[in-house]
Amino acid sequence: MPVVLEHLGKRFGDGAPVLDDVNANIEKGEFVALLGASGCGKSTLLNIIAGLEAPSSGALEVPSDGAAFMFQDAALFPWLTARENIELALKLRGVGKAERRAKAQELLELVHLGAAGDKRPHELSGGMRQRVSLARSLAQDRQLLLMDEPFAALDAITRDLLHDELERIWKETGRTIVFVTHNVREAVRLGQRVLLLSSRPGRVVQEWAVTEEHRTDAGLAGQLTGVITARLREEIRRHAK
Amino acid sequence: MPSNPTPLAESEPVVEPVETREHVHAALTRTSTGNEDLRELESGLDSLQSDAERKHRIDWSRILLPVAALVVLVLIWQFYVSLGVKRRDLVPGPLDVMGQMGLLWNEGKLQEAMWTSLQRGVVGFIISVAIATPVGLLLAQVAPLRRAFGPLISGLQVLPSVAWVPAAIIWFGLTDATVYFVVFMGAIPSIINGLISGVDQIPPQYRRVGTVLGASRLQMALQVILPAALPGYLGGLKQGWAFSWRSLMAAEIIAVGGTIGFGLGSLLDQGRVLSDMSVVMSAILLILGVGILIELLVFAPIEKRLLRSRGLLAGSTR
Repeated sequence: MPVVLEHLGKRFGDGAPVLDDVNANIEKGEFVALLGASGCGKSTLLNIIAGLEAPSSGALEVPSDGAAFMFQDAALFPWLTARENIELALKLRGVGKAERRAKAQELLELVHLGAAGDKRPHELSGGMRQRVSLARSLAQDRQLLLMDEPFAALDAITRDLLHDELERIWKETGRTIVFVTHNVREAVRLGQRVLLLSSRPGRVVQEWAVTEEHRTDAGLAGQLTGVITARLREEIRRHAK
Repeated sequence: MPSNPTPLAESEPVVEPVETREHVHAALTRTSTGNEDLRELESGLDSLQSDAERKHRIDWSRILLPVAALVVLVLIWQFYVSLGVKRRDLVPGPLDVMGQMGLLWNEGKLQEAMWTSLQRGVVGFIISVAIATPVGLLLAQVAPLRRAFGPLISGLQVLPSVAWVPAAIIWFGLTDATVYFVVFMGAIPSIINGLISGVDQIPPQYRRVGTVLGASRLQMALQVILPAALPGYLGGLKQGWAFSWRSLMAAEIIAVGGTIGFGLGSLLDQGRVLSDMSVVMSAILLILGVGILIELLVFAPIEKRLLRSRGLLAGSTR
């Protein structure tokens, strides 16, 4: 089991806890959507799983080789071309020079950008940048891939396409993916499981399984979206004064 | 957008529920019908959303406008001189100065002075860069060092490097060491400062990416921090060059004789001693000319390339 979170808590300084008693098990090869309103500590939780921050309490089990990470903005280095950005990830992982080039091209092909490798990030559209960023996180070659609202800033059509793209790549590569989002539709569209995180403190309050029927039957998916949205709203309303 | 029409849609006579169903469908379930379809859709979007390649042509206004400005200034100068307000030997006209430069050229003095100064300036600048870059990186990356030495470095940048000339003469005598010392004291702090401010302006996201990708401290400095700080660093280098050139001239004007070679500053001082205004003006124009040439031929192309490759040039007046 690649990720186990037990009674995980996090507070910054003396402030109120951001995360409190978070429990979750994520299986190998699973696609989990972590859903919550803005400011519920989703990103903090992701940073803790990635090892970028330490939890204040509780225990967690993550793969020993760490996790790949994809940010909300593509965060590509502007002084490198798309290919070089991917090659840098391979280089920092210790892949030899000759192999880097071939591997980078392979990853570019995987995200359907084989012909755009020599472009600079500013010459690419937002969706293309995000695909390069995805290829770069795949270049890290970690079993666990953490994604922090990677499609939040994209237009609707591009986002829909990237959902298809991500699903395809997940199936092809067998990665374990933890996908953070505040978008219920996105969570239902992508996740095999949707975990709802409460706000202040963040805690897993409910979870739903999304089956293959939900992927093909829009009515069923719409129903589930409605149920989760209602629960999320209830959670947000709790904070009204 | 191709989406699979449900068989239900064709058989049902009522349109409304079908529409809502289609609407929900597009966002919640797969939008493409297969790998081929996905690839096509994506490449369509990609070509719609990327800019077409733009051709770069030679922009003549870039050359003609500065030349025109220069001509206008020379004409004003000539006009002022021909009014005869001041004596000709105190305010020589453009033609007199040109003539003097020709004389100096024939004597070989102009070439000698130019070569000596340029060589010193460039060597001094390169050594300054080699010293300032690692020091700057270290200061920018190690907080206690930065806190300890930051104010001193900023202070050194404010201190006019001419102030070091007397000290240097006492320490090193009238040798090249004096000239180089003054150049270093001028250039090194400004390059360090440029690099530090370049590092300060790096988006924090880049460091996080570096960490996530597993960069070591050294890899982070060389593969992430330094390239990310390059625009600011280049600004520091430009200023560093300006400071070395100025410091060099100051040193050459003040420290004359000994084993110090004959540079442009020395030429200027010689003109002063001989009260030959046309030599003084020639020297000033040559010092200015070298500065402009280095900027135009070395720094401007590098800067332009750097900014263009990062997409930072759009909309600027450069």
